[in-house]
Amino acid sequence: MSGPNTNYDPVEPAALDPRTIDEAVASALSAVAEAGSLEELKALRPTHTGDRSPLALANREIGALPPSAKAEAGKRVGQARGRVSQAFAARQVELEAERDERVLAQETQDLTVRVARRPVGARHPVSLVSERVEDIFVSMGWEIAEGPEIESEWLNFDALNIGPDHPARQEADTFYVAPTGSGLVLRTHTSPVQVRTMLDREPPIYVLCPGKTFRTDDLDATHTPVFHQFEGLVVAEGITMAHLRGTLDAFVQRLFGDGIVTRLRPNYFPFTEPSAEIDCQCWICRGQDPSCRSCGGTGWIELGGSGMVNRRVLRSAGIDPDRYTGFAFGLGIERSLMLRHGIGDMHDIVEGDVRFSRQFGMEI
Amino acid sequence: MRAPVSWLRELADVPKDATGLDIAADLVRVGLEEEGLHGGDIAGPLVVGRVLTVEPEPQKNGKTINWCTVDVGEHGQRVSEGKAQEIVCGAHNFGPGDLVVVVLPGGVLPGGFEISARKTYGHVSNGMICSAAELALGEDHDGIIVLSELLGAEAAAELAPGEDAIALLGLGDEVVEVNVTPDRGYCFSLRGIAREYALSTGREFRDPAHLDVAEPNDDGYAVTLADDGPLEGRDGCDRYVARIVRGVDTTATTPQWMQKRLTQVGMRPISLAVDVTNYVMMLLGQPLHAFDLDTLSGSIGTRRARAGEKFTTLDDAERALDPEDLLIVDGSDTPLAIAGVMGGESSEVSDSTTNVLIEAAHFDPVTVARSSRRHRLITEASKRFERGVDPAVTAAAAQLAVDLLVEHGGGTADTGVTDVDHRVPSPPFTFDVTLPTRYVGLDYSRDEVLATLQAIGCEVEERDGDLVSVLAAPWRPDLTDGPELVEEVARVRGFDQIPSVLPQPKSAGRGLTHGQRVRRTVANTLAHQGLVEVLTNPFVAEGRFDELGYAADDARRLSVRIANPLSDEAPLMRTSILDTLLDALRRNVSRGARDVALYELGLVTVGSSSPQAAPVPAANARPDDATLSQIMTAVPTQPRHVAFAAAGDVERGGPWGPARRVEAADAVEWARTVGRAVGLDLAVVAARDRAPFHPGRCAALTLPDGTVVGHVGELHPKVVAALDLPDATVAGELDVDVLVAASGTPVQATQLSTFPSAHTDVALVVDEVTPAAEVESALRRGAGETLESVTLFDIYRGDQIDDGKKSLAYRLTFRADRTLKTGEVSALRNSAVASAVSAVGAVQR
Ligand SMILES: [Zn+2]
Repeated sequence: MSGPNTNYDPVEPAALDPRTIDEAVASALSAVAEAGSLEELKALRPTHTGDRSPLALANREIGALPPSAKAEAGKRVGQARGRVSQAFAARQVELEAERDERVLAQETQDLTVRVARRPVGARHPVSLVSERVEDIFVSMGWEIAEGPEIESEWLNFDALNIGPDHPARQEADTFYVAPTGSGLVLRTHTSPVQVRTMLDREPPIYVLCPGKTFRTDDLDATHTPVFHQFEGLVVAEGITMAHLRGTLDAFVQRLFGDGIVTRLRPNYFPFTEPSAEIDCQCWICRGQDPSCRSCGGTGWIELGGSGMVNRRVLRSAGIDPDRYTGFAFGLGIERSLMLRHGIGDMHDIVEGDVRFSRQFGMEI
Repeated sequence: MRAPVSWLRELADVPKDATGLDIAADLVRVGLEEEGLHGGDIAGPLVVGRVLTVEPEPQKNGKTINWCTVDVGEHGQRVSEGKAQEIVCGAHNFGPGDLVVVVLPGGVLPGGFEISARKTYGHVSNGMICSAAELALGEDHDGIIVLSELLGAEAAAELAPGEDAIALLGLGDEVVEVNVTPDRGYCFSLRGIAREYALSTGREFRDPAHLDVAEPNDDGYAVTLADDGPLEGRDGCDRYVARIVRGVDTTATTPQWMQKRLTQVGMRPISLAVDVTNYVMMLLGQPLHAFDLDTLSGSIGTRRARAGEKFTTLDDAERALDPEDLLIVDGSDTPLAIAGVMGGESSEVSDSTTNVLIEAAHFDPVTVARSSRRHRLITEASKRFERGVDPAVTAAAAQLAVDLLVEHGGGTADTGVTDVDHRVPSPPFTFDVTLPTRYVGLDYSRDEVLATLQAIGCEVEERDGDLVSVLAAPWRPDLTDGPELVEEVARVRGFDQIPSVLPQPKSAGRGLTHGQRVRRTVANTLAHQGLVEVLTNPFVAEGRFDELGYAADDARRLSVRIANPLSDEAPLMRTSILDTLLDALRRNVSRGARDVALYELGLVTVGSSSPQAAPVPAANARPDDATLSQIMTAVPTQPRHVAFAAAGDVERGGPWGPARRVEAADAVEWARTVGRAVGLDLAVVAARDRAPFHPGRCAALTLPDGTVVGHVGELHPKVVAALDLPDATVAGELDVDVLVAASGTPVQATQLSTFPSAHTDVALVVDEVTPAAEVESALRRGAGETLESVTLFDIYRGDQIDDGKKSLAYRLTFRADRTLKTGEVSALRNSAVASAVSAVGAVQR
């Protein structure tokens, strides 16, 4: 603001006095430094950078100066305004950062509060193991075959060389479908699916037959009347027991771990000849722990039965046994599951308690 | 079958230091799976003792006990207290001076009984004087063991108190138990097991059937073999040896060694005649029968039973006979036994028997198997006959029994020897010696193959080239074809020698089928929505269909019945998965789970009102097409379903907000999500009168062509009550096979518009009973192709509209290949509303 025009000096009005300008700058800087919030800072702006602020007035006076003085005064005022506006901008950044920090702190949530709005679903581990085994064989170029659970006696027994008087037929603990003479049973193994496959198509055949099977066992810690099996069948020219062993080795390595091998022991099954019991090296102790609970310290775990497809079975399915040979094997899924996951009681697998399946989730 | 190691040593050259475990391992190698190791479970101190004093002390309970002192040498109280062993004994068959067997404190008897000094009848008894039974040496009816009786006076005279009785009595003897597979009937004998041991180890086998056998003659007991109903063309009996021993003292004690062996193999000693027949059976595998000769009418024969005939077997059961049962009869046609299964009471050897007729016969496996199964009589004899008994050992077995009866029963053998022999020699078959190599994938030389065949008792006649003629040993009726001999060759070399070669399919597989992939997707989709997969048994009670509220003519009542169910309570196969899944839901709730959501994927049965029997043609050849087709069509249809059931909260309450109870709409959403997961947009149609659902809270899921995929909803309150389920349980069941058939066509994608969408809201008042799905489809029809989505965002009922009406608020979103102008959007909106107005009588609010 101009003072009274008593000693008017046209060269240097009061507003352009360097002291006045310095003071205006100092006053602005100190006010900015003391601004404690973005609101306070904002409130300072009219006083220090507004139209009626000292520096704005000084700037206005420049036009009235003689041309010779304009440059010097312009520079002085420009620099002063620059310092003030920089100070404002810097403080603005500082205060925004402080505000942001404060707001974020206020927005803190305790994410350790366990949120379980939707219950967790799960697959049944028998399904998961089954699918895993299917995938292993599919990766080797096999196919998955399925069949009915209520099955004809002929496919379940006779075609598999288990004749009406065969001891194995009496030991099979079979559920028969009423009335007597229906010719139907609840399949005691998934082998009838193998026969169906052989009846359906020409070798080479590489199929895995997983599924539900039935025996008249009462439910206890290790038995269940309804259980799951997977059986493999290969029929082609030149198939040998070495191929059986190679397949089983490849399978157990993929399911139980690298380096695990199988052992075959002579046994008897009507549908195979020669027949062999399959033992798998203990994948828990690998035969190194005499007190191992999984294998009883023997280093081996019994997995199932296998052998070369009996020539009578091939003939029943219309396959020329002089041209083709084949092997077959069968393993219990519940048993593999119990061994692989340390399940002590069959009841847990079959009773449908959600707590059991939930332990496994979606991948096994 | 149990094989005592000491007995095995008599028959095979078992190394001195071989343990039961070693022998078991040798047997496992050739295919006799180990079932267990027994015996050797006795621990000393078990010593010979000489009875010094016996003081009888009558007790209040009427018993008299003996307070004894026994000299046990430098053991027990002699060492610790400087005096003879003091023992309380309840038996009375001994006196001072007798040598007995004493177990001292610290000893362990079979069965894990640990012996300690204990107070009894007012004394401290420092151990026990043992009976034969306590040492598992056999049954002893007369108290404790007196060594002079057990071993004979001469042997006993050599003994001194304090000697180790474990070695003396062979109590350290181990017993190896093996599992005998159906093809190795001959291993139901020590003879067979010894043979396998020798085969596995290459050690010497001594055949116990090599003994002096009396030649048959015409002076023996008359035996006539007749069979008017042979099974599968084979006579029921093709060899019958009858031998007579007269003047036998059948009450004579069976020698201890025989009792011990019988006990070791798991048989109970009974009487001399029975024990001898059992002993010979265990040794040679030939079941024998001992008849009381004086009860027979003068001859023996065989015949098939007559229809309606009855016979009382030794176990005192009257059996209704079948014309397929083969009988042993005497001269007056009185049945004496069901051949090879069990004898009768009338001709049984008893304490008064003096003259014994020993039967050693060879019966047809099929005949015995059927009789055994028919009468539910599995005996030691039937077990062996149905698996095949060596028909060449018959006479030797009879001879050995005669010899033992004479030796231990004091009898005299008749010189007459009957041996009716109608055996038909089994024909030799041709075998290619290269077959083992081709079958196993391991090289077996011709010499090795031939050596193995000879080692297992086959007679081999070499012919030109690779083909040889093989006659199987008489105890190996299972050897009839090449692969069976391959197994022999492979197991003698060892299955562990078979290499491991992964076969490569010539053509790549097709991977999982569409159906298999859909099934996995369905299962995974439900699990991802928070449901838990379970697997239930498919058996249901007859009352279940009533509980589910099925109408009398509901097709789901038609099921398949199990003839021999585990429980008579549940004899039917489920016709829907909910039949059994709801039980699993209840079980979870009863175990304390409040919020449960389950699902199961599996087969169900579609019953038939006129089921056809499946033929059972002969095996070993492909049935003709007609028969095969009959078999296939007789198998009931078993579609694959998925079902789910849920109760309680589907969203839990907590710090984040309140809980939400599961409702029928959740079941609809699960079903539609399953559909969408396999690329199908399932339509929801209200369904009434669909059991087991609430009539007003049930919907059918359908395909565009109207095919019903399944039903979902809330269960009918009556069903909830009948099955004791939580209130308002929701459920659903879909036919997965229908989903599989309807899906799989590749989805044809629409090109995405990148222009902005425009939306507009509309509220429509309709009757309360109008299904929202109908309003929505009317809107869709009217809005046309530029409609991207319709979302119902509110339902209003209340003051601002009439009773019996509801207001549905929809957001319509449009998108086109250009930016839609406001006027266009309102025109589309009006068209949609007009469609709803005409279709369902909607009024715009
Ligand atoms: Zn282990």
